[in-house]
Amino acid sequence: MKPILIKGGRVIDPQTKLDAEVDLLITKNEISQIDKNIRKKDVVRIDAKGLIVCPGFIDLHVHLRDPGRPDEETIETGSKAAVAGGFTSICCMPNTEPVTDNEGIVNYIYKQAARVNLCRVFPIGAITKNREGKEITEFGELITAGVKAFSDDGDTVANSNVLRHALEYSKTFDIPIFEHPIDKDLAQDGLINEGLISTRLGFNGSPAIAEEVIVARDLLLAKFTGARLHFCHISSKNALALIRKAKKEGINVTCETCPHYFFFNDETLESFDTNYKVNPPIRSEKDRLAIIEGLRDGAIDCIATDHAPHCQAEKELEFASAPFGMIGLEMAIPMVVMELIRKQKFSWMKVLQKLTINPAKIIKEKTGIIKEGGLADLTIIDPKKKWKLTESKIQSKSKNTPLLGAELTGRVVGVIINGKIKYSLKD
Amino acid sequence: MVPKKDLLGIEKLTSKDISQYLDLADEFVKVLERPIPIVPALRGKTILTLFFEPSTRTQISFSIAAKRLSADVVNFSRATSSVTKGETLLDTALNIEAMKVDGVIVRHSACGAATFLAQQLEAFIINAGDGCHEHPTQALLDLMTMKQHFNDFKNLKVLIIGDISHSRVARSNIFGLKTLGAEVAVCAPPTLIPLEIEKLGVTIFYNLDEIIGDFDVIMALRIQLERQKTSLFPSVREYRTLYGLTKERAARMKPKSIIMHPGPTNRGIEIDPDVADSNKSVILEQVKNGVAIRMAILFIHAGGKIE
Repeated sequence: MKPILIKGGRVIDPQTKLDAEVDLLITKNEISQIDKNIRKKDVVRIDAKGLIVCPGFIDLHVHLRDPGRPDEETIETGSKAAVAGGFTSICCMPNTEPVTDNEGIVNYIYKQAARVNLCRVFPIGAITKNREGKEITEFGELITAGVKAFSDDGDTVANSNVLRHALEYSKTFDIPIFEHPIDKDLAQDGLINEGLISTRLGFNGSPAIAEEVIVARDLLLAKFTGARLHFCHISSKNALALIRKAKKEGINVTCETCPHYFFFNDETLESFDTNYKVNPPIRSEKDRLAIIEGLRDGAIDCIATDHAPHCQAEKELEFASAPFGMIGLEMAIPMVVMELIRKQKFSWMKVLQKLTINPAKIIKEKTGIIKEGGLADLTIIDPKKKWKLTESKIQSKSKNTPLLGAELTGRVVGVIINGKIKYSLKD
Repeated sequence: MVPKKDLLGIEKLTSKDISQYLDLADEFVKVLERPIPIVPALRGKTILTLFFEPSTRTQISFSIAAKRLSADVVNFSRATSSVTKGETLLDTALNIEAMKVDGVIVRHSACGAATFLAQQLEAFIINAGDGCHEHPTQALLDLMTMKQHFNDFKNLKVLIIGDISHSRVARSNIFGLKTLGAEVAVCAPPTLIPLEIEKLGVTIFYNLDEIIGDFDVIMALRIQLERQKTSLFPSVREYRTLYGLTKERAARMKPKSIIMHPGPTNRGIEIDPDVADSNKSVILEQVKNGVAIRMAILFIHAGGKIE
């Protein structure tokens, strides 16, 4: 295996605080040399002039639909989408068919991921058996099999006592509980955010308070039990404010948001485009701006995509009948570049924290690290690349994104995992 | 001419657009009074009424309106269609289009269903009610009826009583009335009033008795009895006590005011039978105007020629 020489890129690592134009030499699975102008023969050269080279991204929230819905996505197609989006590690949610609540499914996922041999795939186990919210799963067995967190994502654990026990039990293993913080009853089967837009469009709305109420409850339980709690897809201003306050009090809580919550507001729903139909819903401009502030001040730890593939036939229905979700692995970087970097003037260092070291800490996995001897899990981004998102460019099996046909700025052009090139953009 | 191919809602229509429909409808009122109330304007055109939800007034009046214009009419009923076999809205529409229909009048329980079809089909689409979103042809016939009694919308005080949250009739009327410059208020328990509706320029009241004498037009909406089960209001009895248009309340209305209702009415709940049948009530005029307004709508969107 020839060494890889990445020349002339802007190398940024939020862990070592490196931000410099340097060359990187990768030998076997490590970064063996960091220097200006490395000369070495018999290498694979990557010209990274004008590009950003950084540790590979980690996505805490992906739906691979495998086992169960190969028409929507498989571990193989999902992995291809992940590397095309710059993700070297992804965590897959357990709401598969059957549910990932036993080691058989966990083993299946690892086996498929090994066969596909692209990104690292870390299963998340269900908190309760069959995600029914009643009995907790065998955390110990699942962790031995390799799960990195527990979640009933798609649903909150509605019974507060079951959640209490799950949090307490998780302390045995120091493993986080990922909560989907939406109160099903308050959400009223709402299809979009409840507010002026839902009033004008006649939609049953899902109010932000449905998120706030569960966040409030879960924070109190996290404080009471001392366990590690992580909130999925935070979308609203008030829920975020509660989390910020809880962190100041020293409660062991982290949270993520998704690009669609900082990129869109609920006015987009006027189009009735089912690709904007997500759960929790895209909320008001006020919430969108609060999410951006949360990313800025650190109240929000991670950016996760909640990649939710659905096939065309399912989304090509009247709004009320279409399933919730949009794909996100390959759209994350353009949305980050266009909104956070360009409009909101975030630094790359700050953005990369949310995509690398922060998620890594939550699941206690390693990131790529740009120092001599560091693991060579790297992503190469062209932050200025203009491209039109067409179906043929999407690696995911499903194409349900509202950005289809849009002109985007920013694209991942290369991914190296464990020292091997796993993705290289062919124009 | 109204520039758009479809009539999907009244929210985006201008004052001028609305007047175009109303003025033409006045002409068709005259046609409807003739011994043979038929004109050849849309001869050769095929109109489909595509109703996925039950309808008496709307479906029949569109059917009659189309026939009065000499168009060919085909009526679809969900219960006897392949939708019962699981066929999607999209497939139903594409199949119908293959049979070369000129216009589709669609009612569906999903918000945005008419918009969805308009994106997929060449035929012109008239929204006959999409979920709780809009029912533009109802609002237009309501506006026509109000105009016949009051002539000017500016300074007109209109009150809508009922389940505003779930009413496409309320939404369309609010949009149309605000565009024409009328004052609009709603009266209902807070559970039935959608969030931030005041941002549309609508005044909110919870107590009907305090305001019953302040309005030129009072429109009662049908209360859906199923809503009781979702704790939006405790009982039909309490609803009628607080919000029913009773004889006693009707007697305290302004002298020249009118009572409207889109139908069907729950007699004895949101409106008492003798109030519905009183001379303050213009409910049957609304239905009569419905045919004329729908003739105007079909004429404009099917590209009819005046002879």
